[in-house]
Amino acid sequence: MDDIRNPAIPGHGATVAAGSVADTLAPPPAPMVPRRFAITRVRQDTRDTFTLLLEPLDGEPLRFAAGQFTMLHAFGVGEVPISIAGDPRGTDAGEPLEHTIRNVGAVTRALVNAAPGTEIGVRGPFGTTWDAADARGGDVVFVTGGIGLAPLRPAILDVLAERDAYGKVLLLYGSRTPDDILYGDEMRRWADLNDVNVQMTVDNAPYGYKGRVGFVTELIGRAGFDPRSAWAFVCGPEAMMRASAQALTARGVAANHIRMSMERSMKCGIGLCGHCQLRELFICVDGPVLSYDRLEPLMSVREL
Amino acid sequence: MDDIRILSTSGLGALIDELRQRGYQVMGPTVRGDAIVTGEIRAASDLPQGVGDQQDPARYRLRERGDGAYFGFAAPAQSSKPVFFPAEEVIWRGRRDNGEDDHFTVERDTPDTSRKIALLGTRSCDLRAVQIHDTVLASRQYIDAHYAARRDGTFVVAVACSDPAATCFCASMGTGPRPSDTNPQTGEPSYDLLLTEIAPSDPDLHHFVLEVGSAAGLEVADAIDTTPATLDDAHEALAVTSHAATQQSRAIDTDTVADTLRASAESSRWEEIATRCLACTNCTLVCPTCFCTTVSDVSDLTGENAERHRVWDSCFSEQFSYIHGGPMRESAKSRYRQWITHKLSSWEDQFGMLGCVGCGRCITWCPAGIDIVEEAAALGRARGVAPTPATAEAG
Repeated sequence: MDDIRNPAIPGHGATVAAGSVADTLAPPPAPMVPRRFAITRVRQDTRDTFTLLLEPLDGEPLRFAAGQFTMLHAFGVGEVPISIAGDPRGTDAGEPLEHTIRNVGAVTRALVNAAPGTEIGVRGPFGTTWDAADARGGDVVFVTGGIGLAPLRPAILDVLAERDAYGKVLLLYGSRTPDDILYGDEMRRWADLNDVNVQMTVDNAPYGYKGRVGFVTELIGRAGFDPRSAWAFVCGPEAMMRASAQALTARGVAANHIRMSMERSMKCGIGLCGHCQLRELFICVDGPVLSYDRLEPLMSVREL
Repeated sequence: MDDIRILSTSGLGALIDELRQRGYQVMGPTVRGDAIVTGEIRAASDLPQGVGDQQDPARYRLRERGDGAYFGFAAPAQSSKPVFFPAEEVIWRGRRDNGEDDHFTVERDTPDTSRKIALLGTRSCDLRAVQIHDTVLASRQYIDAHYAARRDGTFVVAVACSDPAATCFCASMGTGPRPSDTNPQTGEPSYDLLLTEIAPSDPDLHHFVLEVGSAAGLEVADAIDTTPATLDDAHEALAVTSHAATQQSRAIDTDTVADTLRASAESSRWEEIATRCLACTNCTLVCPTCFCTTVSDVSDLTGENAERHRVWDSCFSEQFSYIHGGPMRESAKSRYRQWITHKLSSWEDQFGMLGCVGCGRCITWCPAGIDIVEEAAALGRARGVAPTPATAEAG
């Protein structure tokens, strides 16, 4: 405990300004050391889901590609992997770094309850990307549920940034209840302004609810897209992603045209801690976005 | 580099002195409690002279050898893994400044590398394990900076293994008992110096055959008293390890094991193993290649100061795979499957090599005596892959 009270023990590590440029540009010499960001705003999206807007204290924007995640650190509490939910083009436009978080544990509770101005630690960005541009020229189907829309949002924004390059764009979205629908206003805008075919369903609805009730996977069978040209980007609970991929392949979508974002326990984000392994994959560096043809044999074994 | 010499037993002390004078911290086998572990070696008397061991599934005992051999034992209870990759270390320290913006600063910790490490008496299995860690921890997109800093500039005095235990199977893994001259991944020398101990019952004939493996090794060898070796001496050294190889009764079939595990994910064997496995994590803690870690945030009572620690973790703990909603691997069978499949199959997909060096520690230190060799063989038999005669005997 002496070390804690005397953080500047001589000869015990050079002080690096957390978040200095040298710390964060690739290859980061200290990928385990967080940069400091300030929370500028916490927006409540649903009952238990919040979006954190963050500004880098060193002024150096955090550039990322759709699908990547960061490790968010609540000082003295701990760290969690969270996919970036913002617009990849927003970084250079000075937009804050955006993460949508569900309040389910000690760290996420500390993050969503933090007052504006609170400093938190950010490591990353880490991991693979959606590369939605691979779908140019064909139809695009986003299949997602609950907070799974947040990691997909940067990919959706990538597609909408050059909407004309794609055929039909579908967003099939499921949530537990009508109250749990995330980014509802934005989905309506995408439908109204960006020619996105948004279809929503809820697992459970109160009496008198007028919308569709059922699982999101049920939307896939009758959705209007050309399976031969289509690409699908899927994000949600693993069982939902597996069922979605099965429904998509049953429609004739090629397994290597289906990508999904996997969730595993992660302590480092850089392929060293071993927690996120799915047989030969390190989900943090080989994923989180992976092709279904690679995942299919791994997802079909329980507890792998 | 065929530079072979004879080092007397008193020369061993001179070698340790020479390394220490060159500024190395010499780390090697030493007796602590009732086990041989890796610790600092200041003199030859720190080595486990005259101590042997007996290892069987779930059993480890030291014994008096009745001779003066310095390295007459098999895999120590702990390998040299903690020398470069300690069980717990600080990654960074942070302090909250009492400003109005909840400001905090983070200071990266770097290990003290003012004294370079010299490994002494590292046998081939553990040397191979260090090479594996060099690939896993220090040759990929991201590296473990602390490991790399400690590992940098290491001097290695390897020892050819003369006394394998009943649990050993390095010969079948191609990792021993004589270390390879070069690291198959990098082509660099595996060791700077290699000792083969010749310990006959007549103490006057007790000596070491010293082989020079690198330029750094040559410099050290030239600085201590040695005499030229003859061809007979070289043959005598090789006979030690060929004899040690024939002493091993356990064997893993490396031609088939990776495929066997890849194909055995749904085997009924896992259920059976789970009735014996206690998920105690011992195997992962003694394994010289296991590298999984977790992080632990430690803060003081005021909450003003915090440290992030990196701590060894184990895929056998339920917490290891926990995400919101529950652990990915809830059952003990899935955790054993993960461990053995990683070692003997997916490691090959990840790193182009197997993750097992045949040291046998997981067999010795498993309180239930679960035997990785037998489990791999049983999965092979279930697939119709014939076991080698050696594994059939071991079973």
